[in-house]
Amino acid sequence: MRRSRSILRALRGVALGFLVTTAAAAAEPPAGATSCSGCHALSAKVETPVPPIRGRDPAEIVAAMRQFRSGERPSTVMGRIAKGFSDDEIQAIAGWVAVQH
Amino acid sequence: MAQAKPRVLVIGGGFAGAACARALHRADPQCDVTLVEPNPTFTACPSSNSVIAGLRDIAAQRFRYEAIRGEGITVAQDEATALDPRARRVTLRGGSVFDYDRLVLAPGIAIRWDALQGYDEAAAAVMPHAWWAGDQTLLLRRQLEAMPDGGTVVVSAPPNPFRCPPGPYERASLIAWYLKQAKPRSKLILLDAKDSFSKQRLFESAWRQLYPELIEWISLSNGGKVISVDTKTRTFTTDFATYKADVGNVIPPQRAGKIAQIAAVADATGWCPIDPVSFESRLQPNIHVIGDAAIAGAMPKSAFSANAQAKVCAFAVAALLRSETPSSPKLINTCYSLVAPDYGISIAGVYHPMNGQLADVEGAGGVSPLDAPPDFRALEARYAEAWFRTITADTFG
Repeated sequence: MRRSRSILRALRGVALGFLVTTAAAAAEPPAGATSCSGCHALSAKVETPVPPIRGRDPAEIVAAMRQFRSGERPSTVMGRIAKGFSDDEIQAIAGWVAVQH
Repeated sequence: MAQAKPRVLVIGGGFAGAACARALHRADPQCDVTLVEPNPTFTACPSSNSVIAGLRDIAAQRFRYEAIRGEGITVAQDEATALDPRARRVTLRGGSVFDYDRLVLAPGIAIRWDALQGYDEAAAAVMPHAWWAGDQTLLLRRQLEAMPDGGTVVVSAPPNPFRCPPGPYERASLIAWYLKQAKPRSKLILLDAKDSFSKQRLFESAWRQLYPELIEWISLSNGGKVISVDTKTRTFTTDFATYKADVGNVIPPQRAGKIAQIAAVADATGWCPIDPVSFESRLQPNIHVIGDAAIAGAMPKSAFSANAQAKVCAFAVAALLRSETPSSPKLINTCYSLVAPDYGISIAGVYHPMNGQLADVEGAGGVSPLDAPPDFRALEARYAEAWFRTITADTFG
Protein backbone atom coordinates (compact mmCIF):
# COMPACT_ATOMS: atom_id res chain seq x y z
CA MET A 1 0.00 0.00 0.00
CA ARG A 2 2.65 2.41 1.07
CA ARG A 3 4.85 1.38 -1.80
CA SER A 4 2.10 1.79 -4.37
CA ARG A 5 1.29 5.21 -2.95
CA SER A 6 4.90 6.30 -3.20
CA ILE A 7 5.03 5.00 -6.77
CA LEU A 8 1.91 6.97 -7.46
CA ARG A 9 3.52 10.04 -5.95
CA ALA A 10 6.64 9.48 -8.03
CA LEU A 11 4.56 9.07 -11.15
CA ARG A 12 2.64 12.21 -10.37
CA GLY A 13 5.97 13.98 -9.94
CA VAL A 14 7.08 12.76 -13.34
CA ALA A 15 3.78 13.78 -14.88
CA LEU A 16 3.99 17.24 -13.33
CA GLY A 17 7.60 17.56 -14.38
CA PHE A 18 6.54 16.71 -17.91
CA LEU A 19 3.76 19.27 -17.85
CA VAL A 20 6.06 21.95 -16.52
CA THR A 21 8.67 21.24 -19.20
CA THR A 22 6.20 21.19 -22.06
CA ALA A 23 4.35 24.26 -20.82
CA ALA A 24 7.46 26.44 -20.49
CA ALA A 25 8.06 29.03 -23.16
CA ALA A 26 10.75 27.95 -25.60
CA ALA A 27 13.88 30.10 -25.83
CA GLU A 28 14.21 32.17 -29.00
CA PRO A 29 15.96 30.11 -31.68
CA PRO A 30 19.25 31.40 -33.13
CA ALA A 31 19.01 33.65 -36.21
CA GLY A 32 18.06 31.72 -39.32
CA ALA A 33 17.31 28.43 -37.56
CA THR A 34 13.55 28.30 -38.01
CA SER A 35 13.79 28.73 -41.80
CA CYS A 36 15.51 25.34 -42.25
CA SER A 37 12.29 23.36 -41.81
CA GLY A 38 10.92 24.94 -45.02
CA CYS A 39 12.95 22.25 -46.85
CA HIS A 40 14.29 19.91 -44.15
CA ALA A 41 11.22 18.19 -42.76
CA LEU A 42 10.80 18.18 -38.98
CA SER A 43 8.32 15.34 -39.29
CA ALA A 44 9.67 11.91 -40.16
CA LYS A 45 6.39 11.24 -41.99
CA VAL A 46 7.31 13.49 -44.92
CA GLU A 47 8.68 11.56 -47.88
CA THR A 48 11.63 13.54 -49.23
CA PRO A 49 15.07 13.09 -50.79
CA VAL A 50 16.25 16.12 -48.77
CA PRO A 51 18.38 14.85 -45.85
CA PRO A 52 16.85 15.36 -42.40
CA ILE A 53 18.76 17.67 -40.06
CA ARG A 54 16.55 17.32 -36.98
CA GLY A 55 18.36 15.56 -34.16
CA ARG A 56 21.58 15.35 -36.16
CA ASP A 57 25.06 15.66 -34.64
CA PRO A 58 25.85 19.41 -34.63
CA ALA A 59 29.44 18.76 -35.74
CA GLU A 60 28.14 17.08 -38.89
CA ILE A 61 25.89 20.02 -39.71
CA VAL A 62 28.67 22.53 -39.08
CA ALA A 63 31.07 20.60 -41.32
CA ALA A 64 28.49 20.26 -44.10
CA MET A 65 27.53 23.95 -43.99
CA ARG A 66 31.18 25.05 -44.16
CA GLN A 67 31.80 22.76 -47.12
CA PHE A 68 28.68 23.99 -48.88
CA ARG A 69 29.78 27.56 -48.27
CA SER A 70 33.28 27.02 -49.68
CA GLY A 71 31.96 25.00 -52.62
CA GLU A 72 34.07 22.02 -51.53
CA ARG A 73 30.85 20.01 -51.27
CA PRO A 74 28.66 20.26 -54.38
CA SER A 75 25.00 21.20 -53.97
CA THR A 76 22.04 22.55 -55.86
CA VAL A 77 20.86 25.25 -53.45
CA MET A 78 22.75 24.83 -50.16
CA GLY A 79 25.88 26.62 -51.38
CA ARG A 80 23.80 29.73 -52.09
CA ILE A 81 22.19 29.55 -48.65
CA ALA A 82 25.30 28.66 -46.61
CA LYS A 83 27.06 31.80 -47.92
CA GLY A 84 24.58 33.84 -45.86
CA PHE A 85 25.81 32.52 -42.50
CA SER A 86 28.96 33.06 -40.40
CA ASP A 87 30.75 30.30 -38.48
CA ASP A 88 29.15 31.44 -35.23
CA GLU A 89 25.69 31.47 -36.75
CA ILE A 90 26.17 28.00 -38.25
CA GLN A 91 27.37 26.69 -34.87
CA ALA A 92 24.32 28.12 -33.11
CA ILE A 93 21.87 26.79 -35.70
CA ALA A 94 23.46 23.32 -35.61
CA GLY A 95 23.16 23.26 -31.81
CA TRP A 96 19.51 24.23 -31.97
CA VAL A 97 18.56 21.86 -34.77
CA ALA A 98 20.17 18.96 -32.90
CA VAL A 99 17.70 19.20 -30.03
CA GLN A 100 14.52 19.67 -32.09
CA HIS A 101 11.94 16.93 -31.90
CA MET B 1 0.81 33.81 -9.78
CA ALA B 2 1.02 34.48 -13.48
CA GLN B 3 -1.46 36.80 -15.07
CA ALA B 4 -4.24 35.55 -17.31
CA LYS B 5 -3.04 33.69 -20.38
CA PRO B 6 -1.96 36.06 -23.13
CA ARG B 7 -4.33 35.97 -26.10
CA VAL B 8 -3.08 36.02 -29.66
CA LEU B 9 -5.41 36.06 -32.62
CA VAL B 10 -4.06 35.02 -36.03
CA ILE B 11 -6.21 36.01 -39.00
CA GLY B 12 -5.70 34.01 -42.20
CA GLY B 13 -4.99 30.29 -42.45
CA GLY B 14 -2.48 30.09 -45.30
CA PHE B 15 1.27 29.48 -45.33
CA ALA B 16 1.86 32.48 -43.07
CA GLY B 17 -1.08 32.33 -40.65
CA ALA B 18 -1.31 28.59 -40.08
CA ALA B 19 2.46 28.30 -39.61
CA CYS B 20 2.43 31.24 -37.19
CA ALA B 21 -0.36 29.79 -35.05
CA ARG B 22 1.48 26.46 -34.80
CA ALA B 23 4.86 28.04 -34.07
CA LEU B 24 3.38 30.34 -31.44
CA HIS B 25 1.63 27.45 -29.71
CA ARG B 26 4.95 25.60 -29.61
CA ALA B 27 6.97 28.67 -28.60
CA ASP B 28 4.66 29.43 -25.70
CA PRO B 29 2.12 26.74 -24.76
CA GLN B 30 0.72 29.15 -22.14
CA CYS B 31 -0.44 31.44 -24.88
CA ASP B 32 -4.07 31.23 -25.96
CA VAL B 33 -3.86 31.03 -29.78
CA THR B 34 -6.89 31.33 -32.05
CA LEU B 35 -6.65 31.02 -35.83
CA VAL B 36 -9.46 32.66 -37.82
CA GLU B 37 -10.05 31.37 -41.35
CA PRO B 38 -13.36 31.36 -43.25
CA ASN B 39 -12.59 28.34 -45.46
CA PRO B 40 -12.67 24.81 -44.06
CA THR B 41 -10.08 23.81 -46.68
CA PHE B 42 -6.98 25.64 -47.85
CA THR B 43 -6.04 25.27 -51.53
CA ALA B 44 -2.35 25.92 -52.05
CA CYS B 45 -1.09 28.09 -54.91
CA PRO B 46 2.44 26.62 -55.19
CA SER B 47 2.31 23.70 -57.66
CA SER B 48 -1.12 24.81 -58.89
CA ASN B 49 0.46 25.59 -62.29
CA SER B 50 0.99 21.83 -62.54
CA VAL B 51 -2.76 21.36 -62.06
CA ILE B 52 -3.37 23.80 -64.93
CA ALA B 53 -1.00 21.75 -67.11
CA GLY B 54 -2.79 18.49 -66.20
CA LEU B 55 0.23 17.16 -64.32
CA ARG B 56 -1.35 17.15 -60.88
CA ASP B 57 -4.70 16.63 -59.20
CA ILE B 58 -6.20 19.61 -57.38
CA ALA B 59 -6.82 17.29 -54.41
CA ALA B 60 -3.05 17.31 -53.82
CA GLN B 61 -3.30 21.08 -53.26
CA ARG B 62 -5.89 20.88 -50.47
CA PHE B 63 -5.23 21.00 -46.75
CA ARG B 64 -7.51 21.01 -43.74
CA TYR B 65 -7.09 22.33 -40.21
CA GLU B 66 -7.73 19.12 -38.20
CA ALA B 67 -4.07 18.59 -37.29
CA ILE B 68 -3.79 22.20 -36.07
CA ARG B 69 -6.94 21.79 -33.98
CA GLY B 70 -5.49 18.53 -32.65
CA GLU B 71 -2.49 20.42 -31.31
CA GLY B 72 -4.75 22.49 -29.07
CA ILE B 73 -5.14 25.57 -31.23
CA THR B 74 -8.65 26.99 -31.64
CA VAL B 75 -9.54 27.34 -35.31
CA ALA B 76 -12.56 29.59 -35.82
CA GLN B 77 -14.15 29.02 -39.22
CA ASP B 78 -15.25 32.58 -39.64
CA GLU B 79 -14.25 35.88 -41.19
CA ALA B 80 -12.97 38.95 -39.36
CA THR B 81 -15.14 41.87 -40.42
CA ALA B 82 -14.34 44.62 -37.93
CA LEU B 83 -11.39 45.60 -35.81
CA ASP B 84 -10.87 48.17 -33.09
CA PRO B 85 -7.08 48.55 -32.64
CA ARG B 86 -7.44 50.76 -29.57
CA ALA B 87 -9.68 48.31 -27.73
CA ARG B 88 -7.68 45.41 -29.27
CA ARG B 89 -10.91 43.77 -30.31
CA VAL B 90 -11.89 41.85 -33.44
CA THR B 91 -15.46 41.09 -34.49
CA LEU B 92 -16.22 38.11 -36.69
CA ARG B 93 -19.01 37.80 -39.24
CA GLY B 94 -20.65 35.14 -37.08
CA GLY B 95 -20.94 37.75 -34.29
CA SER B 96 -18.17 36.50 -31.96
CA VAL B 97 -15.92 39.09 -30.43
CA PHE B 98 -12.25 38.42 -29.61
CA ASP B 99 -10.06 40.54 -27.37
CA TYR B 100 -6.36 40.13 -28.05
CA ASP B 101 -3.04 41.08 -26.56
CA ARG B 102 -1.39 40.75 -29.95
CA LEU B 103 -2.91 40.27 -33.38
CA VAL B 104 -1.20 38.64 -36.36
CA LEU B 105 -2.62 39.39 -39.81
CA ALA B 106 -1.82 36.96 -42.61
CA PRO B 107 -4.47 37.83 -45.18
CA GLY B 108 -2.49 37.16 -48.35
CA ILE B 109 -3.53 39.16 -51.38
CA ALA B 110 -6.63 40.90 -52.61
CA ILE B 111 -7.15 41.41 -56.32
CA ARG B 112 -7.48 45.05 -57.35
CA TRP B 113 -10.66 44.71 -59.36
CA ASP B 114 -10.52 48.43 -60.14
CA ALA B 115 -7.01 48.41 -61.60
CA LEU B 116 -7.53 46.95 -65.07
CA GLN B 117 -10.34 48.24 -67.26
CA GLY B 118 -12.82 45.49 -68.06
CA TYR B 119 -11.52 43.11 -65.42
CA ASP B 120 -13.92 42.66 -62.50
CA GLU B 121 -15.12 39.60 -60.61
CA ALA B 122 -17.61 38.70 -63.34
CA ALA B 123 -14.85 38.91 -65.96
CA ALA B 124 -12.80 36.38 -64.00
CA ALA B 125 -15.46 33.76 -64.75
CA VAL B 126 -14.59 34.13 -68.47
CA MET B 127 -10.91 35.02 -68.33
CA PRO B 128 -9.66 33.41 -65.12
CA HIS B 129 -6.85 34.84 -62.99
CA ALA B 130 -6.16 31.52 -61.25
CA TRP B 131 -4.05 33.49 -58.76
CA TRP B 132 -6.06 32.10 -55.87
CA ALA B 133 -5.95 28.35 -56.31
CA GLY B 134 -9.19 26.38 -56.48
CA ASP B 135 -12.12 26.84 -58.86
CA GLN B 136 -10.17 29.39 -60.89
CA THR B 137 -7.33 26.88 -61.39
CA LEU B 138 -9.80 24.27 -62.62
CA LEU B 139 -11.55 26.76 -64.88
CA LEU B 140 -8.29 27.63 -66.64
CA ARG B 141 -7.51 23.90 -66.95
CA ARG B 142 -10.90 23.19 -68.57
CA GLN B 143 -10.51 26.08 -71.00
CA LEU B 144 -7.11 24.78 -72.11
CA GLU B 145 -8.54 21.29 -72.57
CA ALA B 146 -11.43 22.65 -74.64
CA MET B 147 -9.23 24.84 -76.85
CA PRO B 148 -8.70 23.50 -80.39
CA ASP B 149 -5.18 22.80 -81.65
CA GLY B 150 -3.80 25.92 -83.26
CA GLY B 151 -5.37 28.20 -80.66
CA THR B 152 -3.76 31.15 -78.93
CA VAL B 153 -3.36 31.37 -75.16
CA VAL B 154 -2.72 34.88 -73.84
CA VAL B 155 -1.40 35.38 -70.31
CA SER B 156 -0.92 38.85 -68.84
CA ALA B 157 1.53 39.48 -65.98
CA PRO B 158 1.16 42.44 -63.59
CA PRO B 159 3.68 45.07 -62.49
CA ASN B 160 5.68 44.51 -59.26
CA PRO B 161 5.02 43.74 -56.51
CA PHE B 162 2.75 40.72 -56.71
CA ARG B 163 2.34 37.23 -55.26
CA CYS B 164 4.89 34.68 -56.52
CA PRO B 165 7.27 36.64 -58.81
CA PRO B 166 8.29 33.61 -60.94
CA GLY B 167 4.68 32.31 -61.04
CA PRO B 168 3.54 33.81 -64.39
CA TYR B 169 6.65 32.44 -66.11
CA GLU B 170 6.31 28.97 -64.59
CA ARG B 171 2.69 29.04 -65.71
CA ALA B 172 3.63 30.01 -69.27
CA SER B 173 6.21 27.20 -69.26
CA LEU B 174 3.85 24.49 -68.05
CA ILE B 175 0.99 25.58 -70.31
CA ALA B 176 3.51 25.44 -73.18
CA TRP B 177 4.50 21.95 -72.06
CA TYR B 178 0.84 20.89 -72.23
CA LEU B 179 0.33 22.53 -75.63
CA LYS B 180 3.46 20.89 -77.01
CA GLN B 181 2.10 17.45 -76.02
CA ALA B 182 -1.58 17.92 -76.82
CA LYS B 183 -1.97 20.88 -79.20
CA PRO B 184 1.38 21.47 -80.88
CA ARG B 185 0.15 24.02 -83.44
CA SER B 186 -0.92 26.38 -80.63
CA LYS B 187 0.87 29.46 -79.32
CA LEU B 188 1.25 31.28 -76.01
CA ILE B 189 1.68 35.03 -75.79
CA LEU B 190 2.84 36.44 -72.46
CA LEU B 191 2.06 40.15 -72.15
CA ASP B 192 4.13 41.73 -69.41
CA ALA B 193 3.89 45.03 -67.52
CA LYS B 194 7.62 44.63 -66.73
CA ASP B 195 10.92 44.57 -68.58
CA SER B 196 12.53 41.95 -66.36
CA PHE B 197 11.38 39.11 -64.14
CA SER B 198 12.51 36.50 -61.62
CA LYS B 199 14.86 33.75 -62.94
CA GLN B 200 14.56 35.44 -66.35
CA ARG B 201 17.73 34.09 -67.99
CA LEU B 202 16.93 30.56 -66.82
CA PHE B 203 13.36 30.73 -68.11
CA GLU B 204 14.36 32.26 -71.45
CA SER B 205 17.13 29.74 -71.96
CA ALA B 206 14.73 26.87 -71.20
CA TRP B 207 12.06 28.33 -73.50
CA ARG B 208 14.54 28.50 -76.40
CA GLN B 209 15.49 24.89 -75.74
CA LEU B 210 12.05 23.36 -75.02
CA TYR B 211 9.44 25.64 -76.54
CA PRO B 212 10.94 27.53 -79.48
CA GLU B 213 8.27 29.37 -81.48
CA LEU B 214 5.66 28.41 -78.86
CA ILE B 215 6.13 31.08 -76.19
CA GLU B 216 6.34 34.75 -77.11
CA TRP B 217 7.16 37.11 -74.23
CA ILE B 218 6.28 40.75 -74.90
CA SER B 219 7.94 43.07 -72.39
CA LEU B 220 6.79 46.48 -71.19
CA SER B 221 9.21 48.23 -73.58
CA ASN B 222 7.85 46.19 -76.46
CA GLY B 223 4.29 47.20 -75.63
CA GLY B 224 3.38 44.32 -73.30
CA LYS B 225 1.51 46.31 -70.67
CA VAL B 226 -2.20 45.47 -70.79
CA ILE B 227 -4.48 48.46 -70.23
CA SER B 228 -7.86 46.79 -70.73
CA VAL B 229 -9.48 43.46 -71.39
CA ASP B 230 -12.79 42.57 -73.02
CA THR B 231 -14.43 39.29 -72.05
CA LYS B 232 -16.98 39.42 -74.93
CA THR B 233 -14.23 39.13 -77.53
CA ARG B 234 -11.57 37.64 -75.21
CA THR B 235 -9.13 40.39 -76.14
CA PHE B 236 -6.27 42.09 -74.34
CA THR B 237 -5.49 45.66 -75.33
CA THR B 238 -2.12 47.35 -74.84
CA ASP B 239 -1.06 50.86 -75.89
CA PHE B 240 0.05 49.43 -79.22
CA ALA B 241 -2.03 46.42 -80.16
CA THR B 242 -4.96 44.14 -79.47
CA TYR B 243 -4.44 40.44 -78.83
CA LYS B 244 -7.30 38.02 -79.35
CA ALA B 245 -7.17 34.92 -77.16
CA ASP B 246 -8.84 31.54 -77.36
CA VAL B 247 -7.91 31.18 -73.70
CA GLY B 248 -7.17 34.34 -71.75
CA ASN B 249 -5.49 34.31 -68.33
CA VAL B 250 -5.33 37.68 -66.61
CA ILE B 251 -2.93 37.85 -63.67
CA PRO B 252 -4.19 41.14 -62.28
CA PRO B 253 -2.61 43.80 -60.05
CA GLN B 254 -2.88 43.02 -56.34
CA ARG B 255 -2.70 44.47 -52.86
CA ALA B 256 -2.80 43.19 -49.27
CA GLY B 257 -5.90 41.17 -48.30
CA LYS B 258 -9.04 42.96 -47.19
CA ILE B 259 -8.53 42.84 -43.41
CA ALA B 260 -5.33 44.88 -43.90
CA GLN B 261 -7.47 47.76 -45.16
CA ILE B 262 -9.98 47.31 -42.32
CA ALA B 263 -7.15 47.30 -39.77
CA ALA B 264 -5.52 50.33 -41.43
CA VAL B 265 -2.15 48.58 -41.59
CA ALA B 266 -1.77 49.04 -45.37
CA ASP B 267 -0.17 52.23 -46.71
CA ALA B 268 -0.82 54.06 -50.01
CA THR B 269 0.88 51.24 -51.95
CA GLY B 270 -1.82 48.82 -50.77
CA TRP B 271 0.76 46.74 -48.83
CA CYS B 272 1.74 46.72 -45.15
CA PRO B 273 4.95 48.30 -43.80
CA ILE B 274 6.43 46.29 -40.92
CA ASP B 275 9.32 46.25 -38.49
CA PRO B 276 11.83 43.72 -39.89
CA VAL B 277 12.62 42.19 -36.49
CA SER B 278 9.14 41.59 -35.10
CA PHE B 279 6.90 42.04 -38.16
CA GLU B 280 4.90 44.50 -36.09
CA SER B 281 3.01 47.00 -38.22
CA ARG B 282 4.60 50.43 -38.65
CA LEU B 283 1.10 51.87 -38.60
CA GLN B 284 -0.67 50.08 -35.71
CA PRO B 285 0.90 48.86 -32.46
CA ASN B 286 0.26 45.26 -31.30
CA ILE B 287 -0.64 44.18 -34.84
CA HIS B 288 1.84 42.09 -36.82
CA VAL B 289 1.64 41.45 -40.56
CA ILE B 290 3.28 38.46 -42.27
CA GLY B 291 3.26 36.78 -45.67
CA ASP B 292 2.26 38.27 -49.02
CA ALA B 293 0.49 41.26 -47.41
CA ALA B 294 3.68 42.57 -45.76
CA ILE B 295 6.29 44.86 -47.30
CA ALA B 296 9.19 42.56 -46.52
CA GLY B 297 11.93 44.44 -48.40
CA ALA B 298 14.04 42.06 -50.47
CA MET B 299 11.98 39.00 -49.52
CA PRO B 300 9.64 37.91 -52.32
CA LYS B 301 5.95 37.19 -51.80
CA SER B 302 6.33 33.41 -51.70
CA ALA B 303 4.96 30.56 -49.60
CA PHE B 304 8.47 29.85 -48.31
CA SER B 305 8.89 33.48 -47.23
CA ALA B 306 5.44 33.47 -45.62
CA ASN B 307 6.22 30.33 -43.62
CA ALA B 308 9.68 31.61 -42.62
CA GLN B 309 8.29 34.99 -41.55
CA ALA B 310 5.53 33.24 -39.59
CA LYS B 311 8.01 31.37 -37.41
CA VAL B 312 10.18 34.45 -36.77
CA CYS B 313 7.06 36.49 -35.97
CA ALA B 314 5.78 33.78 -33.58
CA PHE B 315 8.94 33.87 -31.47
CA ALA B 316 8.97 37.69 -31.58
CA VAL B 317 5.35 37.81 -30.39
CA ALA B 318 6.16 35.32 -27.61
CA ALA B 319 9.11 37.49 -26.52
CA LEU B 320 7.03 40.69 -26.60
CA LEU B 321 4.33 39.02 -24.50
CA ARG B 322 7.03 38.35 -21.89
CA SER B 323 8.04 42.03 -22.17
CA GLU B 324 11.34 41.00 -23.72
CA THR B 325 12.98 42.46 -26.81
CA PRO B 326 12.99 40.04 -29.77
CA SER B 327 16.45 39.32 -31.15
CA SER B 328 17.42 40.22 -34.70
CA PRO B 329 16.46 37.37 -37.07
CA LYS B 330 17.73 35.93 -40.31
CA LEU B 331 15.35 34.44 -42.82
CA ILE B 332 15.72 32.23 -45.85
CA ASN B 333 13.67 31.94 -49.01
CA THR B 334 13.90 29.18 -51.58
CA CYS B 335 11.54 29.02 -54.57
CA TYR B 336 11.43 26.28 -57.15
CA SER B 337 9.78 26.62 -60.56
CA LEU B 338 9.11 23.88 -63.06
CA VAL B 339 9.77 24.64 -66.70
CA ALA B 340 8.80 21.05 -67.59
CA PRO B 341 7.98 18.05 -65.36
CA ASP B 342 11.66 17.01 -65.17
CA TYR B 343 13.17 20.49 -65.45
CA GLY B 344 13.31 22.51 -62.22
CA ILE B 345 15.04 25.81 -61.47
CA SER B 346 15.40 27.67 -58.20
CA ILE B 347 16.12 30.98 -56.58
CA ALA B 348 17.27 31.37 -52.99
CA GLY B 349 18.04 34.25 -50.67
CA VAL B 350 19.11 34.97 -47.11
CA TYR B 351 17.76 38.12 -45.45
CA HIS B 352 18.40 40.22 -42.35
CA PRO B 353 17.16 43.52 -40.95
CA MET B 354 19.17 46.44 -42.30
CA ASN B 355 18.23 50.12 -42.08
CA GLY B 356 14.69 49.22 -41.05
CA GLN B 357 14.11 46.82 -43.96
CA LEU B 358 14.67 43.15 -44.67
CA ALA B 359 17.71 43.21 -46.95
CA ASP B 360 19.67 40.56 -48.84
CA VAL B 361 22.67 39.20 -46.98
CA GLU B 362 25.45 40.19 -49.38
CA GLY B 363 27.17 37.35 -51.15
CA ALA B 364 24.42 34.81 -50.48
CA GLY B 365 21.51 33.62 -52.58
CA GLY B 366 20.99 33.61 -56.33
CA VAL B 367 19.57 31.34 -58.99
CA SER B 368 20.46 27.89 -60.36
CA PRO B 369 23.48 27.89 -62.68
CA LEU B 370 22.64 28.80 -66.28
CA ASP B 371 24.82 26.02 -67.66
CA ALA B 372 23.63 23.17 -65.40
CA PRO B 373 23.34 19.69 -66.96
CA PRO B 374 19.97 17.88 -67.33
CA ASP B 375 20.46 15.78 -64.18
CA PHE B 376 20.79 18.99 -62.12
CA ARG B 377 17.48 20.26 -63.58
CA ALA B 378 15.86 16.89 -62.90
CA LEU B 379 17.11 16.93 -59.31
CA GLU B 380 15.69 20.43 -58.74
CA ALA B 381 12.35 19.23 -60.18
CA ARG B 382 12.38 16.44 -57.57
CA TYR B 383 13.28 18.94 -54.86
CA ALA B 384 10.37 21.13 -55.97
CA GLU B 385 7.97 18.25 -55.30
CA ALA B 386 9.63 17.42 -51.99
CA TRP B 387 9.59 21.07 -50.96
CA PHE B 388 5.82 21.20 -51.42
CA ARG B 389 5.29 18.14 -49.20
CA THR B 390 7.66 19.55 -46.57
CA ILE B 391 6.36 23.13 -46.41
CA THR B 392 2.73 22.00 -46.28
CA ALA B 393 3.52 19.55 -43.45
CA ASP B 394 5.43 22.31 -41.65
CA THR B 395 2.45 24.66 -42.06
CA PHE B 396 -0.62 22.46 -41.62
CA GLY B 397 0.82 19.61 -39.50
